[in-house]
Amino acid sequence: MTHDHHHDDDAHGHVHPGKGDHPTHAWERREAAIRSLLIEKGLVTAEEIRRKIEEWEQKTPADGARIVARAWSDPAYEARLLADANAAALELGIDSSAVKLVALKNTPRLHHLVVCTLCSCYPRTVLGLPPAWYKAKAYRSRAVSEPRRVLAEFGTVLPPEVELRVVDSTADCRYLVLPLRPAGSESLDEAALATLVTRDSMIGVALATAPA
Amino acid sequence: MAKPAFKPGTAVRVRDLPVKGHMRTPGYIRGRRGRIEVLQGFFPNPEQLAYGAKGLPPVPLYLVRFPQSEIWPGYGSTGDSLALDIFEHWLEPAET
Repeated sequence: MTHDHHHDDDAHGHVHPGKGDHPTHAWERREAAIRSLLIEKGLVTAEEIRRKIEEWEQKTPADGARIVARAWSDPAYEARLLADANAAALELGIDSSAVKLVALKNTPRLHHLVVCTLCSCYPRTVLGLPPAWYKAKAYRSRAVSEPRRVLAEFGTVLPPEVELRVVDSTADCRYLVLPLRPAGSESLDEAALATLVTRDSMIGVALATAPA
Repeated sequence: MAKPAFKPGTAVRVRDLPVKGHMRTPGYIRGRRGRIEVLQGFFPNPEQLAYGAKGLPPVPLYLVRFPQSEIWPGYGSTGDSLALDIFEHWLEPAET
């Protein structure tokens, strides 16, 4: 289906599946209705909403990677991170105070995988916005019921003797996985280590990248 | 603030409360038996917070760990586990 006439986004106010986007879902229409009511009542402005979205979309997993690289380099920092992740993040100038942050340490015998079965809770303050698959029902349900198969689909096969611990972030804590430091990374400095720490390794669907 | 009722290591069962509307206890964990891992702190009750109330006094929130085999019949790897945050009023002591 093609259109040769021009549309300003949503300016015409009707559902337009042919626009190239997905059809508008009922939830999106509800969100749009609530948003315009909040703006109409003067509780928020469109500019504030835009700025907040921009702010969240500019956060990246680089902050999480700095935290992990520091923990790999400094056992005392790692201990502080495991005791109070918000305070440890702040030591690196990362403000995660919006919500309680908890670090989960992987070991050769224990691997953590994070999911939010109820919605899409995610450590946004240190990783930015979650990937689309993290919010998908398939991941949210299968990560708890058949996590080893889910990991294998991500290319991560855990030996049977490793305990796989799924952490479902159901409430007020957000979980950051502290992946295992890869073999062969002994001589790397903190900045080089941070390049090995991927977003997925901090969710637990992957291991940290092995050094080249 | 009330004292937390459970200590790390305590065996607990997740209650199946008839709460309607917003709550943070997934269906799959109700009735399952696990152990308190750690007290995460005290947080306003989300079941009230979601409806404009303050949710006070704050409720103890625990990370509770369950063997996967306790949750899913036929789960293969016996050493695997699942942990999630559960508010105190959803927990009762369990026989060990």
